[in-house]
Amino acid sequence: MQCEDVANLLPGVGDGSVTLRGSARWHVDRCLRCQTELVQYRKVLRSLRTLRTEFLEPAPGLLADILATIAESGERHAVRQLLSGRRAAYFGGIAAATAAGAAGVVVLASMSRRSRFRVAS
Amino acid sequence: MKARQGDHAAFEELVRVTYVDAYNLAYRLTGDEDDARDVVQDAYLRAFRGLKRFRGEAQFTTWLYRITANCAASSLGKRARHRHDVLEDDEDIVDLSARVDPAEQADRGAVRDRVKAALAELPPRLRAVVVLRDVYDLSHEAIATELGITESAAKVRLHRARRKLRERLYPIPGEDERDARHAV
Ligand SMILES: [Zn+2]
Repeated sequence: MQCEDVANLLPGVGDGSVTLRGSARWHVDRCLRCQTELVQYRKVLRSLRTLRTEFLEPAPGLLADILATIAESGERHAVRQLLSGRRAAYFGGIAAATAAGAAGVVVLASMSRRSRFRVAS
Repeated sequence: MKARQGDHAAFEELVRVTYVDAYNLAYRLTGDEDDARDVVQDAYLRAFRGLKRFRGEAQFTTWLYRITANCAASSLGKRARHRHDVLEDDEDIVDLSARVDPAEQADRGAVRDRVKAALAELPPRLRAVVVLRDVYDLSHEAIATELGITESAAKVRLHRARRKLRERLYPIPGEDERDARHAV
């Protein structure tokens, strides 16, 4: 068995997802080149894990943007509910009051969109 | 969880305590700050809309990572349709190590920065898998689901990504002429 025959197994040995058996194990146990590669894979894995605790600070405004997007989505949902409710209410004779309410929410939604673009710029 | 009941305020609090983390994942997956911002906003919107489907036994962050990974994959897919070369697995990694001995530098403690540089140079499809598995500890099953690939494809990509990272960080003297020049 040659180094090339086990090369595809080595990336999984470092984290235990691959267990070497038989001739592959026999080769790696006695091959300095493969042993070196294993050490390198383990170092790469350790370095990757440390990235988990390293944070790049997002540019200002991201939190506000996310919250605005969610709020806007909630408002759209509310408008849909109001509009479907308005159709029912129309036949019940109370359309005017509900329409005023819906208009208010539409204004809120468009204000939210404006603020999102302002924050993002 | 309060947020599961659609409580806006509770969800806002969850956003506040997790968004930097989610942004970092998105940034590592997309490699671009603007794309990462879009991905994170999309991910939270989907999380908010899908709160009812959130199973309480999973950690919220794990669930959020999965959604973020899914959004990032969609974003990269869209971008790749415009730049068809981006998703090529066999794309060569750009050599940034022309005049230094990478192994020596790594052993001096700069390995983390070099890993980040090597990650950034990986093709996005390989980078996504290695970031999700080795940095964020998602399962192969979760990775496969969110990226829309099979588990065996996810494993193949993971091994290929690790191999490329190792070769990038520790080129073996003699493997090619450039490395041979640095061999002692
Ligand atoms: Zn060997």
